[in-house]
Amino acid sequence: MAKKTVQESTEESEILKPFWSGVVTFGLVSVPVSLFPATRGTTLRLRMVDAEGNFLKRRFFGEDDSNALEAEDLVRGYEFEKDRFVPVEDDELDALDPEKSREIDLAQFVDLHALSPLYFERAYFLVPDGGTTKAYRLLAETLAQEERAGIATFVMRGKEYLCAIIAERGILRAETLRFADEVRSPEAIGLPKRVSADSETVAQFAKAIKALQAKTLDRAELEDQRSARIVKLAEKKLRSGTDVVAASADAGEVEESSTNVVDLMEVLRERLRGKLRERVGPARSPGKRTSVRVGQLESTTKAELYEMAQSLNVAGRSAMSKAELIDALEHQPR
Amino acid sequence: MAARAMWKAVIQCGSLQVPVKLYSAIEDRNIHFRILSRKDKRPVHGAMVNPETGEIVPHAEARRAYVADNGDRAILETSELAALDPEPSRDIDIIAFLLAEQIDHRWYDRPYYLGPDGDSAAYFAFAEAIEKSSLEGLARWVMRGKRYMGALRLHEGYPVLMSLKHTDEVVAAENLKAPGGAALNPKELDMARQLLGMLAAELDLSDFHDEYRERVLKTVEAKAKGGPRLKLVKASKKKPSDDLGGALQASLKAVRKRA
Repeated sequence: MAKKTVQESTEESEILKPFWSGVVTFGLVSVPVSLFPATRGTTLRLRMVDAEGNFLKRRFFGEDDSNALEAEDLVRGYEFEKDRFVPVEDDELDALDPEKSREIDLAQFVDLHALSPLYFERAYFLVPDGGTTKAYRLLAETLAQEERAGIATFVMRGKEYLCAIIAERGILRAETLRFADEVRSPEAIGLPKRVSADSETVAQFAKAIKALQAKTLDRAELEDQRSARIVKLAEKKLRSGTDVVAASADAGEVEESSTNVVDLMEVLRERLRGKLRERVGPARSPGKRTSVRVGQLESTTKAELYEMAQSLNVAGRSAMSKAELIDALEHQPR
Repeated sequence: MAARAMWKAVIQCGSLQVPVKLYSAIEDRNIHFRILSRKDKRPVHGAMVNPETGEIVPHAEARRAYVADNGDRAILETSELAALDPEPSRDIDIIAFLLAEQIDHRWYDRPYYLGPDGDSAAYFAFAEAIEKSSLEGLARWVMRGKRYMGALRLHEGYPVLMSLKHTDEVVAAENLKAPGGAALNPKELDMARQLLGMLAAELDLSDFHDEYRERVLKTVEAKAKGGPRLKLVKASKKKPSDDLGGALQASLKAVRKRA
């Protein structure tokens, strides 16, 4: 049985490609790593269907073309003047900084506690690549002992990121940080200057705060209640047979509907054990967005998908569900 | 230039109220691209299509479906999904105040500033009381049809609401096992510690700029003016050394020289 599990995860990990592969360097020491997201979407995935229950896909159409365009017919474009566009190829973006596209060079190490979480954008786990885990473990151990975080900038998927490399339980994590000019200051917002408050009112609030003080957080508060309600409604329908379209015997559709959901956790466990190295190899050339894979997007939160859709200016994104966003992004230009 | 508030609300803290305005603390500086058709270099538009027939299905006719493990689909009407939406409300309910470490930073999602709405007396009193308590509030609110949970804390003396991710969206390191192997060499550990110490710095985020963004903009503008296609440069590939001790020693030497 154990064998079968490994077999399955091998297949899965081929779907779940890392977001980035390259080396983390400090001094002249280099640690080959791959980055996997530390966040994933909710398990609920709704698909777009027509009134008869047939699965739909998002396709792109040109201005005077009734045929859907294929991915190779599409290219990213920048609007340099109103309604005037210049196409931008991915390899051109990569070439702007090839070093940073494959290297996270930890130039400075800062006090771990000096990092304001307001700047944290997204978290990734670093898993060791290449032959040995020694350099990886050495960096993790040293960061933990010294309570420091390594700071660097690097380029991933056509965008530069500032990141902090943090060790947690022997595992390296990259927190991408917002650049200073991406976080507004209270002055920039136009908030009024702080004035000292009436001490009696402060005391009233202090009393109210004390009354609300609790020891621990009730994790149930952080559960995704909406998804749970949707699943409940859908399962009720499935049980009673209301608004249910049975799985079609059509091969194509079965393939479409089969749950391709990748268990990010499984992949991370395998990769941290140093498994699958030979089989998978470096998944993508550094910093290159050759394609957006199903598994990658499945493990992305809706907010992140929305951000990706925003940066690609996917039309109608604000009205899209997670499934629609995935679908739209899978057909983005490469 | 003051920012525009995205939402108006009232903080409910026990029996006390604080009218506030919510502002995004994030400035979007991403470069936005459009999707073009290669043929005519014009933007494309997207539509939902039945891949079997190639037929376009108008948005109003599309539905969402939940797919069971066996492939059966339960069709969910838009009205049914809308019925599951939370009741709209202007309240930001403070559920609890906790010691700061209780709300894990890994759940933090997006920061929003809270500013006073009208009279600022209660607002500043509330901020001062939070500051004195050194606690972090746990808040719940419904904004634009969505239920949010958030951590209420101060940033530069002003209340900030940090929306939180759902628990199942965060992969916890606690559930993973760190890479193992032979014990680390104490000498190498010591050298690594020395190296970290020499590269230690005070954090100043204003030292870092998104130079790449500027380069991308320059490049596309040059291209728009009819400049040549960019020359593609290959990254020089440094082969990682297996001699960890040697690399550490050389690093220490190089940093000392620089100092």
